[in-house]
Amino acid sequence: MSPDPIIRLTDVHRSFGTQEVLRGLSFDVHEGESLVIMGPSGAGKSVILKHVIGLLRPDRGEVLVEGKPVPRLKVRELRELRRDMGYLFQHAALVNWLSVYDNVALPLRETTRRSEAEIRKKVEHTLELVRMGEAREKFPSEISGGMQKRVGLARALVTDPRIILYDEPEAGLDPEMSNSVSRMMLRLRHELNTTSLTVTHSWPCASMVGDRIALFEQGRFLIDAPPAEVLASDIPRVRSFFDVQK
Amino acid sequence: MNPITRIGRVTLRPVVERAGFTVALGLQALMLFHHAGKRRRSLLQEMYTVGVKTLHVVVFVGFFIGMIVALQVGLQLATFSQQESIGLLVAPMMAVEMSPLITAILLAASVGSAMAAELGTMKVQEELTALEVLSVNTVSYLVVPRVLALTIMSPILAVLATWVGTLGGGVIAVTQLGLSFEGYIHNSIESMRVLGETVPLPKYLYDGLLKSTLFGFVIAVIGCASGMTASNGASGVGRTTRTAVRDSIILVIVLDFYLGKVLLG
Ligand SMILES: Nc1ncnc2c1ncn2[C@@H]1O[C@H](COP(=O)(O)OP(=O)(O)OP(=O)(O)O)[C@@H](O)[C@H]1O
Ligand SMILES: [Mg+2]
Repeated sequence: MSPDPIIRLTDVHRSFGTQEVLRGLSFDVHEGESLVIMGPSGAGKSVILKHVIGLLRPDRGEVLVEGKPVPRLKVRELRELRRDMGYLFQHAALVNWLSVYDNVALPLRETTRRSEAEIRKKVEHTLELVRMGEAREKFPSEISGGMQKRVGLARALVTDPRIILYDEPEAGLDPEMSNSVSRMMLRLRHELNTTSLTVTHSWPCASMVGDRIALFEQGRFLIDAPPAEVLASDIPRVRSFFDVQK
Repeated sequence: MNPITRIGRVTLRPVVERAGFTVALGLQALMLFHHAGKRRRSLLQEMYTVGVKTLHVVVFVGFFIGMIVALQVGLQLATFSQQESIGLLVAPMMAVEMSPLITAILLAASVGSAMAAELGTMKVQEELTALEVLSVNTVSYLVVPRVLALTIMSPILAVLATWVGTLGGGVIAVTQLGLSFEGYIHNSIESMRVLGETVPLPKYLYDGLLKSTLFGFVIAVIGCASGMTASNGASGVGRTTRTAVRDSIILVIVLDFYLGKVLLG
């Protein structure tokens, strides 16, 4: 029997008004595993990630992370759990009056007792990882969207989270940078055994980082399988979605 | 649902929800005031901003209000040949009533609105959500420095307004009522010496300080709470800024009346 999954969604339903976005979604992600979610724009992929990190609550169904029921945690417990998690926002969501450096240092300053020297070392290292070391004194409004995205990535990674949720890590990046981000995601997995859940519109990124790829549409997964199986699938909708990618 | 219930629900629900959120935020901020030490950098930054934004306006408006009060009251007194007592009236009126109120209105318009706009922008751009995900306590990080800064600066500015307002009144006393400046100032100082019954401190001074401290707190909490509940992009930020200014001015005036009653009684 395999050990308990790190992330488990069971029959999750969620509507906004009359719009049913999640309709009985279930999946597991085990320790060290990487699940990629693809699907049409507006289907609700970001909504899934927000349920996993407790920003949204399901109307029905269960969300477990590290065995804990996310929707029922108290503020303090949720804060505790989130320290193990990193979240890359689709639109970076950097604090606009903090420099690049201070944005990345923020989670360390606010949630750890490390000295300023230790923080400096860690932040500079992480900024180098996303090749943003040069821009550390700049403000979010002074850098491009793709650069903001990389800073967002650095901020998500700086606390060495065990679970990382990536919302379109490759969006707004040129193919070369996108490829290097995918490789970085792979390296993190191999070096630190992180568990990840990735939303992406890019097949190259998905096939590179995903152990499993899921196609999400109309509130559920139409398929959830290793990349080769997904490509070989004979479900018509799955074929038509991925034919364009190939 | 019948139309009246529906109208009631649609109009009242957001009001009640927002009021509840505002009160809760105010209490949370109060309970985290001891984070002031940790937040001293942003606290000083905020206090500086409040000072720079409003000092000149408070001085200017305070001076004119003092002149207005002296002129109106002085001319009435002159009809009974009582204009000498104007010095006994302007300073206490400024200290207890006019200074806290005009300072509050100026602060709501310039600082409260800016807080709502700042936090509102952060809200609609998901920056607040990002902070939450990073396990940053947004009340301690964003709200405490702002609320504390305004709570401290409001009484300081109000005292300043009282000084310049009293001087403004002096100008009127000399030019319009034909009194001596020395006599006017002497009366002003005498009038402020009156001690309170329960607290042996200058009554008018601490009544005014009490009010303006509370007003500063209220304006900042409403500004922050409005910002944090903004939605619907840039237009939502605009709307939230307007409601923050409107609501804080209304609440300040209502509080002013009831506090006045309590403090007099
Ligand atoms: N807080 C919310 N309130 C109301 N509706 C929401 C909310 N969050 C998401 N939605 C709705 O849920 C649907 C799914 O949104 P979501 O952002 O998850 O799409 P997505 O699959 O991530 O799309 P994209 O690929 O374009 O990022 C959208 O129609 C959106 O309008
Ligand atoms: Mg999305």
